[in-house]
Amino acid sequence: MENKVQFKPETLALAKEIMGRYPEGKQKSALLPLLHLAQAEFNGWLDVPVMDMVAEVIGIQSIEVYEVASFYSMYNLKPVGNCLLEICRTSSCWLRGAEDIVSHLENKLGIKEGETTPDGMFTIKTVECLGSCGTAPMMQCGAQFHENLDTEKVDSILDKLRADGKRTNYFDAVVVKEY
Amino acid sequence: MSKKLLLKHDHEPGIQTYEVYRKHGGYASVEKALRTMTPEAVVEEVKKSGLRGRGGAGFPTGMKWSFLAKPEGVPRYLVCNADESEPGTFKDRYLMSRIPHFLIEGMITSSFALGAKTSYIYVRGEYYYVIAILEKAIKEAYAAGWLGKNILGTGFDHDMYVQPGGGAYICGEETALLESLEGKRGNPRIKPPFPAVKGLWGCPTVVNNVETIAAVVPIVNDGGEAYAAIGIGKSTGTKLISASGHINKPGVYEIELGLPVEEFINSEEYCGGVWKGRKLKAVVAGGSSVPVLPADLIMKTAAGEPRLMSYESLADGGFASGTMLGSGGFIVMDETASVVKNLWTFARFYHHESCGQCSPCREGTGWMEKVLHKIVHGHGEMKDIDLLWDLQRKIEGNTICPLGDAAAWPVASAIRHFRSEFEEMINSHAVEHA
Ligand SMILES: Cc1cc2nc3c(=O)[nH]c(=O)nc-3n(C[C@H](O)[C@H](O)[C@H](O)COP(=O)(O)O)c2cc1C
Ligand code: SF4
Ligand code: FES
Repeated sequence: MENKVQFKPETLALAKEIMGRYPEGKQKSALLPLLHLAQAEFNGWLDVPVMDMVAEVIGIQSIEVYEVASFYSMYNLKPVGNCLLEICRTSSCWLRGAEDIVSHLENKLGIKEGETTPDGMFTIKTVECLGSCGTAPMMQCGAQFHENLDTEKVDSILDKLRADGKRTNYFDAVVVKEY
Repeated sequence: MSKKLLLKHDHEPGIQTYEVYRKHGGYASVEKALRTMTPEAVVEEVKKSGLRGRGGAGFPTGMKWSFLAKPEGVPRYLVCNADESEPGTFKDRYLMSRIPHFLIEGMITSSFALGAKTSYIYVRGEYYYVIAILEKAIKEAYAAGWLGKNILGTGFDHDMYVQPGGGAYICGEETALLESLEGKRGNPRIKPPFPAVKGLWGCPTVVNNVETIAAVVPIVNDGGEAYAAIGIGKSTGTKLISASGHINKPGVYEIELGLPVEEFINSEEYCGGVWKGRKLKAVVAGGSSVPVLPADLIMKTAAGEPRLMSYESLADGGFASGTMLGSGGFIVMDETASVVKNLWTFARFYHHESCGQCSPCREGTGWMEKVLHKIVHGHGEMKDIDLLWDLQRKIEGNTICPLGDAAAWPVASAIRHFRSEFEEMINSHAVEHA
């Protein structure tokens, strides 16, 4: 088929480089990293043809890919908005007001947790501890950790994301903060 | 007062770069080990140091290393556990993002000791920006000759890679981590065989926490005895504590083991006291998995001794009146916090993270979450407290991996020490409904 799903050449080259990090015959180890690459390249989620393509690149069965993709929480098996807002809901964040952040987002965007705005811009997702408990409450969007949140801060983050209008992903270059 | 071994230079501008790190004595442990020591001698120093695994279990690192099988012609691996998903724990993220070369140096020195020609740093996928920092630092280390072939002309070869996870707490369990690194679902393996005999791709493997591997740097530089002289009793050295919750100064602090808990909470050098001038109610001292303690028992043991930040002192009194140091995730709750609601967030967490292999864990965590949800949302009944107690008893000790215990202990300890709070919550809602 001509419009078969394929990695861009530079992504394929990176995929091959990653597969070279493991001994001969152990290339299945590249599966998690390659699924991240695929998700970033194909609209933030893993459709079946995309997973089949990853299986082919690695040389494993498709079922081996589905079974992994469905186990890990970072892989989206359904479409998500351009900006996936992942808000931590666990203890330390909850103690410092995570619930208020979630309801503020829900009110502001007019959707519930788990839903996507009609314009496809934002999806709200609550997640478990992201290792940012000392700067709680927090949310992740793409590679970026947004920390010490309050409602004003959330508003300005949304404004900025909307102005950028881009799909965020885990590979976004992050300005490494100075502590 | 504070003795710093890992975070001595963390505030130095540019410490993330190779040049600055090197200028502050970086990579000295690699030079010393490769040029002047045998691998066995490095293992010996780690044994002498009394270092215990910083990932949560506290197993002596030197002993773990000496269990590593060494069959002829079979590669051995060092795998760094940077999955860091235990709620309340964020020290590894700080160390890796702030001083990436520290971990890389520890990995090279440790790999030399173990005879590992390849190592992997398994980082939770959510920390992608940390992965980028580590990969940049690894590139610098290759360029400067600390990685690759024939390092320092000693004939030691080593390659190092960073591997992202996919979002799963269970992959912090070492055998689940290895499954994940092999490109599979993170289902913990039945032990034995232990990774030291059959680990990554069936080869002998050591899995160590980020902080454990970093601690090898000062141990090799200053000697195991010097390290053992720091700390208290069998809790040697320093520990990174992730402090969060209702305190004035949340953050990562390096403490000398043996520091009184009271000083840790109240001193300006550390947590800076409970926030908003409120009173302390409870502390989860070692990450979500360890028993919660009320204010009086975290400050003093049941025998009235000051409680210290050490493996032994925190465990004093067993589960009746003590807890565990765990991963060092120190979560503080003030007098306004609800221990029951906080527990519900933990129960939800464990249910979400159970891999589903064993029925007591898969079903039990779901059930505990449901019962707690019911209580927290105003529909609890008194018999639910006994049901919760019964559920956690049925999980503990009956599962393949310790996640089951980790889910049970917070529930048991909350009921043990805060039963009246469950009762009040249930009663107040019963009144509302009537
Ligand atoms: C459910 C579960 C989660 C764990 N998560 C982590 C983790 O995120 N990081 C870690 O270093 N150890 C974690 N551990 C402990 C590891 O299994 C293992 O003991 C540790 O990596 C060994 O390293 P150490 O001896 O240096 O502590 C976890 C254990 C369990 C049972
Ligand atoms: S105890 Fe829970 S997480 Fe561990 S193997 Fe069993 S089901 Fe999986
Ligand atoms: S509890 Fe929210 S980041 Fe840890």
